[in-house]
Amino acid sequence: MSSPKTLFDKIWENHLVDVQDDGTCLLYIDRHLVHEVTSPQAFEGLKNAGRKVRRPDLTLAVPDHNVPTTDRTKTIENEEGRIQVETLQKNCKEFGVPLFDLQDIRQGVVHIIGPEQGFTLPGTTTVCGDSHTATHGAFGSLAFGIGTSEVEHVLATQTLLQSPLKNMRITVEGALPEACTAKDLVLALIGKIGTAGGTGYVIEFTGQAIRDLSMEGRMTVCNMTIEGGARAGLIAPDQTTFDYLMGRPMSPKAGAWEQAVEFWKTLPSDEGAVYDKEVTLDVSEIVPQVTWGTSPEDVAPITGNVPYPADFADPGKQQAAQASLDYMGLKAGMAMQEVVIDTVFIGSCTNGRIEDIRAAAEVAKGRKVADGVRALVVPGSGLVKEQAEEEGLDKILVESGFEWRDPGCSMCLAMNDDRLEPGQRCASTSNRNFKGRQGFGGRTHLVSPAMAAAAAVSGHLADVRDL
Amino acid sequence: MEKFDKLTGVAAPMNMINVDTDMIIPKNFLKTIKRSGLGRNLFDEMRFDRDGNENPDFVLNKPAYRKAQIIVAGDNFGCGSSREHAPWALLDFGIRCVISTSFADIFYNNCFKNGILPIKVSKEDLDNLMDDAERGANATLSIDLENQTIEGPDGGTVTFGIDAFKKHLLLNGLDDVGLTLQKADKVDSFEDKQKASQPWIAGAATV
Repeated sequence: MSSPKTLFDKIWENHLVDVQDDGTCLLYIDRHLVHEVTSPQAFEGLKNAGRKVRRPDLTLAVPDHNVPTTDRTKTIENEEGRIQVETLQKNCKEFGVPLFDLQDIRQGVVHIIGPEQGFTLPGTTTVCGDSHTATHGAFGSLAFGIGTSEVEHVLATQTLLQSPLKNMRITVEGALPEACTAKDLVLALIGKIGTAGGTGYVIEFTGQAIRDLSMEGRMTVCNMTIEGGARAGLIAPDQTTFDYLMGRPMSPKAGAWEQAVEFWKTLPSDEGAVYDKEVTLDVSEIVPQVTWGTSPEDVAPITGNVPYPADFADPGKQQAAQASLDYMGLKAGMAMQEVVIDTVFIGSCTNGRIEDIRAAAEVAKGRKVADGVRALVVPGSGLVKEQAEEEGLDKILVESGFEWRDPGCSMCLAMNDDRLEPGQRCASTSNRNFKGRQGFGGRTHLVSPAMAAAAAVSGHLADVRDL
Repeated sequence: MEKFDKLTGVAAPMNMINVDTDMIIPKNFLKTIKRSGLGRNLFDEMRFDRDGNENPDFVLNKPAYRKAQIIVAGDNFGCGSSREHAPWALLDFGIRCVISTSFADIFYNNCFKNGILPIKVSKEDLDNLMDDAERGANATLSIDLENQTIEGPDGGTVTFGIDAFKKHLLLNGLDDVGLTLQKADKVDSFEDKQKASQPWIAGAATV
């Protein structure tokens, strides 16, 4: 009998095309997502070498990073952004790559549309020129971000050269308390392991709290695995996964479906499988989480205070904490709930799915966005937007004073017109609070959708449980 | 890709942890459809004020470091996004080597695709190299990839580890797409096998 294997080991071995003498692996790629920012130079490389896209049927493209979130019928005003989107359109046409274009209801953030269409499947390898490709690990797909040279490599060969990664298991025990979400779980986790805690590893998430999550929640957790330094996060497929995927446009059709599910059921890690590292987190006592600094590891409970740099043992971290406080305009020791905000962003590949919009609307219902606060809700895809409108969520949000926008990456990274001005402060459901991430000089506090809505109606970071 | 064998150049100290890809090249410069020309915006928000004036305190603006070819930095260099614009900007500025205790995985891989050598060293070695880099005009390091050594201005030598295949590609400036295409028959047979065992994988993406 062969030795027990992890979910990662199984997917990896199942995709080996070749192993070189030095251990470098040639890995087959089943799913390649493409967007306008990291692909132009890759297509240019193909053109210059006279190469083709090997498997357009395993490739799906969408513009998302640059797209405006108001009035889709107009052209993109920013010339460079427009050229990038037009270049994607041209390349997809020339190389025969399927594209969900701007006017297509299926257009949206690349990591939202893959799962939504059933393009993302258990047991597959998924790549994209975007670090948040980790999102797709929620389905038990080995999914990771790649650079543009690797995008070119996958387009040309449908494979990637990779060195084996190490296995880490994070067991999340306990039941999430009321008002705590997958976002709070993963922020608490990054606070614990740090932004380099997962470097060199693939993290498999297990435990009751993970099994209890919806697919949306699991995607939020895997999405932010990269903020913990890991290339990929994985969650074993189960009935929740199968129920989500059944009947989606690109999911296996009847006949193949039963065969696929039988195969997917063989994927979970074997009893006794060995991991290179184990971490355990109990979430039964956590409270909603917020970030105070400019690294996703700078996490505090909403009931807590901004830390003092001297609280940290490491001199490098002390220095970084002081720089964060200076940039964020915060005083050490102040209560997190005293932090006044002027902007709220609800959306992104982290929290732009229907469950997230519902959570925001539930808090917004019957309340008003505080004076002086601009609050944007940007659905993750045209289909999320449509569903939210069918449920009447857009009306609730608009009546409360939120702006209801068209889908795209938007203020998560501010490549379009949705951005912070210097000194503005945002409660954001996105994934990175880096300096300038949401606009030059802008300040970001990462939170869950419910906490973002709570901040919007309060005018400051607030504990959603108190509303 | 330009090959990398030996490099002797000025090393600029960036004594901070978690230098992320948004710092290396902010998103407003990701709208290009070319690989070249990003050097002028390398570390843009640290190097320049909003009016485009140089920040005299930033290391690459100091006279001794304006032509630096090496960066010595704290833990977790290159964390954040997958943007290859980060190594493109470094290369376009003239940086061919980054030395740190650790790198984010995607950034690390991206460097090798662009003829940049990322070197991982121990904390102790980094502290010494950071001291070397802080010597301004004398902050010269010599890197020898074949022998995997860094020589400091006083002649002290640090050795470093590196994956053998990555080293081979870098030493010879090889394009790995071309190498992989030579294995097309192996990819063909993998696809045939997969088509039989997992027929639902193929043909998924359509419009």
